[in-house]
Amino acid sequence: MSDLLLIIIATVLVNNFVLVKFLGLCPFLGASTKPETALGMSLATTLVLTLASASSYLIDVWVLIPLQLEYLRLISFILIIAGAVQFTEMLIRKSSPMLYQVLGLYLPLITTNCAVLGVALLNIHQSSSLLEALAYGTGAGLGFCLVMILFAGIRERLEAADVPVAFKGAAIALVTAGMMSMAFIGFTGLAQG
Amino acid sequence: MAILVMSGLAATIALLLIVAARRLPGDKQAVVEQLNTLLPQIQCGRCDYPGCRPYAAAILAGEAQINQCPPGGEATIQAIATLLELPRLAPDRSFGIHDALTTAVINEKDCIGCARCLQECPVDAILGARFFTHTVITDECTGCELCIPSCPVDCIRMSMRGAGAPQNQS
Repeated sequence: MSDLLLIIIATVLVNNFVLVKFLGLCPFLGASTKPETALGMSLATTLVLTLASASSYLIDVWVLIPLQLEYLRLISFILIIAGAVQFTEMLIRKSSPMLYQVLGLYLPLITTNCAVLGVALLNIHQSSSLLEALAYGTGAGLGFCLVMILFAGIRERLEAADVPVAFKGAAIALVTAGMMSMAFIGFTGLAQG
Repeated sequence: MAILVMSGLAATIALLLIVAARRLPGDKQAVVEQLNTLLPQIQCGRCDYPGCRPYAAAILAGEAQINQCPPGGEATIQAIATLLELPRLAPDRSFGIHDALTTAVINEKDCIGCARCLQECPVDAILGARFFTHTVITDECTGCELCIPSCPVDCIRMSMRGAGAPQNQS
């Protein structure tokens, strides 16, 4: 149990996928202009990450390794992720049509979110059981959530801040992301993930 | 072998998605949307709901009858009854009487520019500002009559649709 907790904390803070491994920057910058959108987007991504990491681990252990088809990992994981995204899209359209409209194109674009594929692929090397794979996926999703919400909050403040003309818009957003990344690298000593 | 595994995987995922789509509760929002397109979009609020979409949602929730829309009249009741497979009802006259479509016209000589009717208009079809004469954008006006009681000098009247507003007399 403490192992799983350690994995989750390590993936949320120490090995944060967005700010330390620099994966999934597209939705990080694209869907973080408003806290509500950021929350919806990050919850959807967390669901996809958890589903995809667990099912891709199972497919790898039960199908690909026994049949010695490890070279199919990449393409079969992409297939699984696409299925998981389709499922999430269906879920959101039926439970919250408003959120579905707000997220728009970013929802199907979770498929091409490199953090999702990154988690699925890294999982194979890092995890030794289904529970660990699940914890790894959930941790990555929670880390994405945390960073998205923090970043959305900062961006909302930036709207009101007196930013020099040359830095307005995307420039100051990227500078902020860089500073957040430095702050997160400070967690390195916390746990060995 | 690889081809077999990949097609098996794809087929399994497709099957799971189909099952999930069937099992999840029906798309209620889509029905509200469909119902909303059947309503006249006059946004008059005579059905006791703030607009056409809330009325559509209320019909689906079972809170409202299908005969509460006076501007739509018999035709709308017929369309809703067909869509929802409900029995047809006679129009409920307590909500208002079905009439030919009209548009509001402001008599610009009398308008004092109080801007009160601007706030009442549900479709923003009245153009004007405080202390300036207002006018109605005839193409946008739905004829809901909500602006008439708000006018302190009674300079708004309804005219038949297509009759056209009187030309500006400058």
